[in-house]
Amino acid sequence: MSGAEKIDVTVTEIVPVNALVKRFKFERRDGGLLPTFSGGAHTVVEMKDGDITRLNPYSLMSDPMDQSAYTISVRRDDEGRGGSLFMHNKVSVGDEMVISYPVNLFSLDLRAKKHLFLAGGIGITPFLSQIKQCERLGDAWELHYACRNAALGSYVDELTAAHPFEAHVYYDDEKQVIALENLLNGQPIGTHVYVCGPKGMITWVRATAEKLGWPREAVHYEEFLAPQPGKPFEVRLAVSNKTIQVGKDESLLEAMERSGVDAPYLCRGGACGQCETRVIDYAGAFIHRDHWLEDDEHASGEKIMPCVSRFEGKTLVLDR
Amino acid sequence: MSKFEFPKSILSRPVWGTLEPRRGLHHLMIADAEGAEAILDVATPEMMESAHIIFIPKGTDYAKRLRALNPAQFYDGPSYAASVTRIQRVLLGAKMSTQVYLSGTESLMGQAMLECTNAGIPHTAIQTEHRGSTARRMQCVHCKGFTEDVAIDPFVCSHCGLNLFVRDHYSRRYAAYQGVCVDAEDPGNVPPSKGIYP
Ligand code: FES
Repeated sequence: MSGAEKIDVTVTEIVPVNALVKRFKFERRDGGLLPTFSGGAHTVVEMKDGDITRLNPYSLMSDPMDQSAYTISVRRDDEGRGGSLFMHNKVSVGDEMVISYPVNLFSLDLRAKKHLFLAGGIGITPFLSQIKQCERLGDAWELHYACRNAALGSYVDELTAAHPFEAHVYYDDEKQVIALENLLNGQPIGTHVYVCGPKGMITWVRATAEKLGWPREAVHYEEFLAPQPGKPFEVRLAVSNKTIQVGKDESLLEAMERSGVDAPYLCRGGACGQCETRVIDYAGAFIHRDHWLEDDEHASGEKIMPCVSRFEGKTLVLDR
Repeated sequence: MSKFEFPKSILSRPVWGTLEPRRGLHHLMIADAEGAEAILDVATPEMMESAHIIFIPKGTDYAKRLRALNPAQFYDGPSYAASVTRIQRVLLGAKMSTQVYLSGTESLMGQAMLECTNAGIPHTAIQTEHRGSTARRMQCVHCKGFTEDVAIDPFVCSHCGLNLFVRDHYSRRYAAYQGVCVDAEDPGNVPPSKGIYP
């Protein structure tokens, strides 16, 4: 079985946070303790929606040392493939679900003297657990959190009440913008910056840090990549000796799983590299969406990351 | 000729690079002796506007030429030990947009690198270039004492007097190569000393 080990859980609480975000609490079905984790980790939630099984990663936002329950926050995406809509509309308290052990691709660098967190919208979630970890370790941190407006600013009140000096909030509607250059310039040696939010924000932070001479090693980012819907396509799996159809709302990885192929994965968000698959033959165009492969690998037509990337064309043969 | 091609060795042995100008708002340059040549090679007028050079001449006369580069700050120190408090003070007030350049002996680069990593700079983000003497800063693994400027192998520990074999095993935490007793099994049976590099 691919992916991290599984845990059987029950949904014990669902709290609407605002018009777009709901918070879910999971407790172990056997009454035991959940594993501790490190701030920034995510869990992969299994969603059984009729014949479709979706496995979506969500950042754990609870205290990493709290073994009684895990919590995640899900932002409703009306344009997405339905994972968040399923969580919002079909999951109720008492439901049994399966989640994965925590996996961390966005952990704190513990050599840092200070952690500078930059969040955009729902990108706040990994920082919620990281902040709890920092508070426990006595690490210095500072948060700059941009959201659309006060009504959609998830956890703004909690953060500013508990950390009036560390948490800084910016509302797009009020034209408030993070003064990024000044902020980065003023950071003492030993600071690491972490950014989680929309693609544009990540690109902006990485480019600005590079321009100012920040070492690459001190810049960390996590983008919430969900597989995007696209045109259906056919794939030949050479090792399994199967020809499968990838539907418009499922990812290539999900289509392989649906056909009974045990394909490797970990993050399901184009970041970890686990699902990398060799292309044997193709006639058409790849739609690469991952952050794993280098640009030249994307151009080479030799590899694909089935968790987020798609294909348009006549033939695609994979070494799987 | 102050450049030396170190022979390939075990993973633990540091590999030094070649300084190149990098974008940054501040440039901290620390060098000893012939290390000055690497700074003279990499320096640009814009870089010098925000550069702080800390130089330990060790009997060489590069200081005048470095000063002529017109860096924002220049410090000429009598020894590394005398300069280290200044290095620590500079790092204490330094910002993330600082680039660090180290050049000269392995001892200088190793010790300055340790100060930089203690301050929280990732070691891979620090530029280095070896120039000048290939003598090493050695730590005796038995008494833990440091002996500077070791050019021969084996050598006598300046603290406990044991005969030590010069290893390529390097400690980033001590900024020193490790020296191990060469005649522990058969006291007195010490091979004749020769240069560390053939
Ligand atoms: S599963 Fe992580 S990159 Fe595809």
